[in-house]
Amino acid sequence: MTATRRMFLQGALAATAMAMQPAFAKAQATPQAGAPAMRRIPSTGEAIPTVGLGTWITFNVGDDDELRDECAAVMDAFFRAGGGMIDSSPMYGSAQQVVGYGLRKLGQPKSLFSADKVWISSGSRGPSQIEQSRSLWGVPRFDLLQVHNLLSWEEHLQTLFAMKAAGQLRYVGITTSEGRRHDLLETILASRPLDFVQLTYNIVDREVEDRILPLAADRGIGVIVNRPFQQGVLLRRLAGQPLPAWAGDIGASSWAQVVLKFIISHPAVTVAIPATSQVAHVRENMAAMSGPMPDAAMRKRMADHVRAL
Amino acid sequence: MPEWWTYSAEDFLLFSPRTYWRLIERHNEALWPAQLLTLLVGIAILWFLVRPRPWSHRAVAGSLAVLWVWVAWSFLWERYATINWAAAYVAPLFALQAVLLASVGRRMRWSFDRTGRGSVALGLFLYALFLHPLTAVLVGRPMRGAEVFGITPDPTAIATVGLVLMAVGRWSWLLLVIPLLWCLAGWLTLYGMGAAESWVMMLAAAGTAAGAGAVLAVLSATRRPGQK
Repeated sequence: MTATRRMFLQGALAATAMAMQPAFAKAQATPQAGAPAMRRIPSTGEAIPTVGLGTWITFNVGDDDELRDECAAVMDAFFRAGGGMIDSSPMYGSAQQVVGYGLRKLGQPKSLFSADKVWISSGSRGPSQIEQSRSLWGVPRFDLLQVHNLLSWEEHLQTLFAMKAAGQLRYVGITTSEGRRHDLLETILASRPLDFVQLTYNIVDREVEDRILPLAADRGIGVIVNRPFQQGVLLRRLAGQPLPAWAGDIGASSWAQVVLKFIISHPAVTVAIPATSQVAHVRENMAAMSGPMPDAAMRKRMADHVRAL
Repeated sequence: MPEWWTYSAEDFLLFSPRTYWRLIERHNEALWPAQLLTLLVGIAILWFLVRPRPWSHRAVAGSLAVLWVWVAWSFLWERYATINWAAAYVAPLFALQAVLLASVGRRMRWSFDRTGRGSVALGLFLYALFLHPLTAVLVGRPMRGAEVFGITPDPTAIATVGLVLMAVGRWSWLLLVIPLLWCLAGWLTLYGMGAAESWVMMLAAAGTAAGAGAVLAVLSATRRPGQK
């Protein structure tokens, strides 16, 4: 996704408008009937689809041509359904190469929002790792770069902010997963001018609702949600349970959509990035962006229901 | 690693079971019929164990050293590292094991001894050579996904543990460190994938070792009267 002057002005206007609204309302984009749900990135006002695509495990298929083509088919279905953000990391084995393979095969879709990470203990080697990642993706530059799991975060954030200032990068973020190091995460969120934070949040892992999500909203930091299905564990657990009647009220036809709608309906969440290797699943995930979204009362009902199972 | 106690075996798994098993299948297809050759090497080692010759000890150590280098390069470096970056760091350890086999191992006596330890060790080697490849079929995967001695690390490491336990010589324990570490890593990988092989492998190895011990005990008991 390339920034244009028009996009910048739209973002600036939106950011000005948002500054006059309550914290949680800042991230809401105006929904349109039948259109996929979009959220605005708090720091610029740029709207992006609320369901992205993760690549952890699913895209690490090495040089297996058959599996690479399957991943490319997943990416094709993702973009056809209006997808934007694809997230990867040097830690994910061959996932970056496979994303690059898919992007070349699909002709570099315009709606791509490229999100990657820097993951290396040496701060001085961060730039060379970022360049290698960029080369593997085959993109002119990344939209978002994040410090993976807070590894050497002070040194890497310096690098990323310098890249952003030089126009080599549009957004800067940090990541964690599975509820780790939230104390440090809070400190960084409160003290650094970040665009994004990536963390684990789903209908059963809700610790971040207490402090992290309100802090991110208050600081104007976009939230990327990883492991929405607990790497499939949550969906396998729910698979044996009948879909509740209220699922129809929020336009959900599967447990995956129930779980995704719960996540992306949180006002502080910008985008969830479920990972999958199946076209049917990516279509199902992307469909969660459409239709009615649960309000606060319904979200409580959803969480209570799943907790009671 | 901060908060290391919050990590589980699954957290270190970078790939799906399907990707892993397809990798084994593709490796076998690429190397066929080398599997027959390494199996013959294993049978030759078995022969030398029970009918040792003055020169066969060096031949056993040398054959194992070559197989460890071969697995390090062909599987870990060329194949496995494409989905597991840690394999690139493990490959030099396999090369080190080859060096140890060629240096320490060549001075050891590699032969089967009719003791409890020798029987368990022989059982492990027999399991790695003949039964481990069949675990793929046992759990419903195709035979082309079989893990074969001298081709993939798990059976190579298990076989080496068995052989070193049979061998006699100074510093022989040095030759156990890397194979045992790999066995642990391999088991954690299978366990992390939720693969039935993790338990099948453990039960089968234990069962084969115990079976070999039992056979030896029976043979010893039946031989004693004649020895008087």
